[in-house]
Amino acid sequence: MSTVIKGARILGEQVADLLIEDGVITQIGSGLAGDESIDATDLIALPGLVDLHTHLREPGREDAETVLTGTRAAARGGFTCVFAMANTEPVADTAGVVEQVWRLGREHGYADVQPIGAVTVGLAGERLSELGAMADSAARVRVFSDDGKCVSDAVLMRRALEYVKAFDGVIAQHAQEPRLTEGAQMNEGPLSGELGLTGWPAVAEEAIIARDVLLAEHVGSRLHVCHLSTRGSVEIVRWAKSRGIDVTAEVTPHHLLLDDELVRSYDPIYKVNPPLRSKDDVLAVREGLADGTIDIVATDHAPHPMEDKECEWQAAAFGMLGLETALSIVQKTMVDTGALTWARVAEVMSATPARIGRVAHHGRPLAVGEPAHIVLYDPTATRVVEPSDTASLSRNTPYAGMELPGRVVATFLAGRPTVLEGRLVEGPTQ
Amino acid sequence: MKHLLSAADLTREDAITILDTAEELLGVAKRPIKKLPTLRGRTIVNLFFEDSTRTRISFEAAAKRLSADVINFSAKGSSVSKGESLKDTALTLQAMGADAVVIRHHASGAPHRLAHSRWTRGAVVNAGDGTHEHPTQALLDAFTMRSRLGDLAGKNVTIVGDVLHSRVARSNALLLDTLGAEVTLVAPPTLLPVGVESWPVRTSYDLDAEVEKSDAVMMLRVQRERMNASFFPSAREYSRRYGLDLARMNRLPDHAIVMHPGPMNRGMEINADVADSDRSVIVEQVTNGVAVRMAVLYLLLGGATEEETA
Amino acid sequence: MSIVMDATDISRALTRITHEILERNRDAEGVVILGIPTRGDELAQRIAAKITEVEGTEIRAGSLDVTLYRDDLRLKAPRALLKTDVPEDIDDRVVVLVDDVLMSGRTIRAALDALSELGRPRAVQLAVLVDRGHRELPIRADFVGKNLPTSKSERVRVRLRETDDTEDQVSIEEGAA
Ligand SMILES: [Zn+2]
Repeated sequence: MSTVIKGARILGEQVADLLIEDGVITQIGSGLAGDESIDATDLIALPGLVDLHTHLREPGREDAETVLTGTRAAARGGFTCVFAMANTEPVADTAGVVEQVWRLGREHGYADVQPIGAVTVGLAGERLSELGAMADSAARVRVFSDDGKCVSDAVLMRRALEYVKAFDGVIAQHAQEPRLTEGAQMNEGPLSGELGLTGWPAVAEEAIIARDVLLAEHVGSRLHVCHLSTRGSVEIVRWAKSRGIDVTAEVTPHHLLLDDELVRSYDPIYKVNPPLRSKDDVLAVREGLADGTIDIVATDHAPHPMEDKECEWQAAAFGMLGLETALSIVQKTMVDTGALTWARVAEVMSATPARIGRVAHHGRPLAVGEPAHIVLYDPTATRVVEPSDTASLSRNTPYAGMELPGRVVATFLAGRPTVLEGRLVEGPTQ
Repeated sequence: MKHLLSAADLTREDAITILDTAEELLGVAKRPIKKLPTLRGRTIVNLFFEDSTRTRISFEAAAKRLSADVINFSAKGSSVSKGESLKDTALTLQAMGADAVVIRHHASGAPHRLAHSRWTRGAVVNAGDGTHEHPTQALLDAFTMRSRLGDLAGKNVTIVGDVLHSRVARSNALLLDTLGAEVTLVAPPTLLPVGVESWPVRTSYDLDAEVEKSDAVMMLRVQRERMNASFFPSAREYSRRYGLDLARMNRLPDHAIVMHPGPMNRGMEINADVADSDRSVIVEQVTNGVAVRMAVLYLLLGGATEEETA
Repeated sequence: MSIVMDATDISRALTRITHEILERNRDAEGVVILGIPTRGDELAQRIAAKITEVEGTEIRAGSLDVTLYRDDLRLKAPRALLKTDVPEDIDDRVVVLVDDVLMSGRTIRAALDALSELGRPRAVQLAVLVDRGHRELPIRADFVGKNLPTSKSERVRVRLRETDDTEDQVSIEEGAA
């Protein structure tokens, strides 16, 4: 059985047909034919997107999201592979839990789920989890993170960085100095003072990043910085890279678009960690992404049930949905502004995250012989975000009512469509 | 005016209307029969998620003197300490037909949330939210200052103490600026919020430098626990540098007044002799509180509400 | 618009009312004049001045704002309060309420409520510059400057030097009352 995608603009550039057979791209050219044909005229073809930072909530918070609903949301956003964060209940700190999550992703077939292992047991920041056992498991874990919490103990962080070298792992740090952010609610600045909300100062992020790049240099390890959000963080990472330190960094779509003025509404839909920063920080992370200081865009997709958002700001949970809007926001903030080409989008949302996470079969170029993970995207479409129009179990999108450019028309996971004509395909594994 | 959430929402004209109305209503407070029929048939809910007997009693007296029906709802201590309760409580109050909700909450912004959530249609009055604002306290302070000092335009008001955690300081700074006063915030640098430069105030770390030019000095409550979080080294050092003692009080201009929003930490931010001196208007502040709150409730509910005109 | 009373007419009417008040109450002893703001307030001042002139003893008029006692508060946006200044204790005194125009009687009803909470006057009398009828309550004026039968759709406007910055006059205008 073969499928031909007709007339797509590969990486937004030249028009070609793509022939897919047995999950692999077997020909690229013109006038190709297959058993099935998909008209991709005026659509952009990108390699299937890879999200290095997703919260799928299963096991433990299946009221907010499950592996099934989260991967369906991923497919609708053009993702073919998502890295599932470890802060589940129980925490993904053993081979057993990571294998369970990995297997659920495979069974459902909407996106490959690559579990992230917890750095410390129970995310408690006290002693290392069995990192090696998770690496050796069927899930082949290579990314370790206590995300949601910072590995703040310098000795523990040093040991973790060193230890994962044995299996080419990477520590993905949620950079937040805990003492500087006790009770923190929003970006610290004039607005936090005015609103009477405890500030989350930029220095609490920057101090950890500065320490960690120096540690990574000292022990010769690989470090990944999660959801970097401030100008100072960009500058530290830029400096670290100039010294040859093996550090990579991510930015979320929301930090590329939204700023802290939104907090004025006291609507916790805008409550996220790290917090929305100033307009200047937004410009800085865009520049950082454009010049390569920031390597990737990762969603930090964080589903929460309504009751955790329909309340006072301080009582609300941190986090926002991101999978289904990520590509549109990258288009709006980076492509439509001329800061990134579509080829660079393919790097920051597919090739580089796959490389950081060491998954070999994702983030590959659209070339003959490569796996057919493909997203077809219409950059000329526009849509107004409607929170109920989601595959996620949760509704906590900060973009409700906002008009965003672009639409994912189709997603192929190893040649099988998970989304066609903008709609999820039911039972893609069959 | 549909709600009173922040002192920043008040124009100069609004603020003066409230103060003038309060002045008329203060006359009522002095009469043998203190009751007015004005808000007969209106229901006002005092929704207190945080203990504050003083503020609740003041609002309750104000509402009752205007003949409103008052429902006191104290959510503190009950199982409703988590967030969702605000929504559920609001829906209950809506079902009870609350025309106004006076809310005190430990979370900054809770009154905004209530006012803009569609959970309740009534007017919302912020009776103190977290470390954000306390607009009726600022109104009663302005009222007290105006009655002692006259028009506040050009008057120097010095606010001293834990500005960082003080909703009273925030509301006062905003309202006094609207009324044309010159506000100076005096505190150790640790107790001034980041970004205070953008407030319409001067700041100073040195109380002694400010005393002589002050027409009014407002002392803020400083909790001793702040010391444990290293905001200052010790209670003794704090009171020596930032407390109002007799020596400092005697350097005030003759007409100057001393204020405190209460409850006081005698011996910490204010010396007992100062609190009880002739310059102290602390008791007056309490009396004026009822009149100012009557004015606010009357102006929110005394006419057609937005719903009734719609 | 037609002018029904000019400055001379108004002055003459107030003089007559003053004499009637003195006559009814024998003299000014025990009389408290209270105007209902804003124009009743001004008229009360003028009546008090005339009494002082006639009697030779100083008499002060006060003002009584009835806003908080109105029964039509919910029909309009909240109104700013006006001045209440009652110069003396009203217990066992004769209170003469003064207003510019008497129509439904609802303002006077509110004034009676307001008075009852200030004390217990021996008697309450009512003086108005214009009585235009259309009563909705069993209230009548004791002293009337001019009876002015009007249709409900007409509007009676009293303008006074002090409050309106024009010559004193009473006019009838078309339009919703
Ligand atoms: Zn995180």
